[in-house]
Amino acid sequence: MSGGDIAAILQGAVVTVTLSLIGILIGLPIGLGLALLRWANVPVIARVVTLYVSISRATPLVTLLLLLFFALPNIGVPIGPISAAILALVMNTSAFNCEVWRASLEAFPKDQYEAAQAVGMRASQRFRRIVLPQIIRASLPGLVNEMSLLIKVTPVLAVVGVVDITRAAVRIGAETYEPLPPFLVAIALYAPIVYALVSLQRWIERRQAAAEVAA
Amino acid sequence: MIHDFGIVWSERSLLLGGLANTAILSALAAVAALALGIALAPALMSRQRVIAGTAQTLVDGMRCIPFLLFAYIIYYGLPSLGLRFDNWSSGLVALIVYNTAYMAEILRGAWKAQPREPIEAGIAFGFSDVRLFRRIILPPLLLSAGPVIGNQMIQIIKDSAFLTIIALPELTHAASSIQSRHYVPFAAFITAVFLYWGLCLIIEAGVGSIGRLADARR
Repeated sequence: MSGGDIAAILQGAVVTVTLSLIGILIGLPIGLGLALLRWANVPVIARVVTLYVSISRATPLVTLLLLLFFALPNIGVPIGPISAAILALVMNTSAFNCEVWRASLEAFPKDQYEAAQAVGMRASQRFRRIVLPQIIRASLPGLVNEMSLLIKVTPVLAVVGVVDITRAAVRIGAETYEPLPPFLVAIALYAPIVYALVSLQRWIERRQAAAEVAA
Repeated sequence: MIHDFGIVWSERSLLLGGLANTAILSALAAVAALALGIALAPALMSRQRVIAGTAQTLVDGMRCIPFLLFAYIIYYGLPSLGLRFDNWSSGLVALIVYNTAYMAEILRGAWKAQPREPIEAGIAFGFSDVRLFRRIILPPLLLSAGPVIGNQMIQIIKDSAFLTIIALPELTHAASSIQSRHYVPFAAFITAVFLYWGLCLIIEAGVGSIGRLADARR
């Protein structure tokens, strides 16, 4: 394995991280939106969201990705590998995020909401100033956990031709007939990213537990 | 569109074969990973620092690797060390080893949340380590960790779809071959999606009944 090969895997790492970040950044607000639709119990739509989340959570990312990549052009929506990858990641992660957001919305104390109503806050103010800051705090560990899960499913994107860490490593392994070294380089790239997120999640949980004890 | 589903219907034996393979693979992997996880959990909870530390490092390390990369290493990487498996055994080994780490971690989490009293009572009654674990610690552990174990089983089903990449003829692979043979991508993959959903609903129903059992025993 040459220095150029390692550079190729690092280039794959840029793709992996970029796609993951895009997936996370788009998936977070969509997940919140879906959770709010369910929480507010909007007729019909809440049902549809429930069904959508249930199916998305049960669908493997590979299957979803292949569906989007092959079926969308078939119905006249042209889609490239990168856009299919981002769409699949967003659909997948927003369904999981929705469940995390919803759990903290369900646990949100109703009396605070009513107090905000009583002092005359408008719905948007109530949400922005009272509900949102608190559910962000409550959802944070779950959301960070979902981010580490998202990074761990990104190798699947290689199926439609996105050259990420895993695809670069597989290609080098096939060229050099030495598959193990590039795989080890790939592990050395994934493990710190995922470990950092897992540690972040544990740190947040510990800090919150300590804050609760102090309160 | 209806016509496309007709094509999928005409290939139903291929699809059902894939579904059966997915179910068999996931069930074997789930049972084996849970059994190995049960064996590994006491090591994670061991009072000897070295044992607990080693086990925790192994488990954490495994949880930091993407499953697909792990499957690739078993299938493409190990032959260069002289270990060669066919795609079925590679896929199964990868699923089992990878999910053992998750099962062990799930059990460790539930174990730490268990009340101390029954365990101490067991020690006071003179239970040996193995009997204490098997008769006092494990049964409530499995009941309380039931829902999370169920989630992990759903994860195993979804992980098994990744094995389509090493040409294991599971459900996604079957849908792919129908789509490439007849060019009916939407019908083929959406059918696969609904079949996966069905499998997950079955597991959720199973977890629900275990949860009721746990409540009844409380």
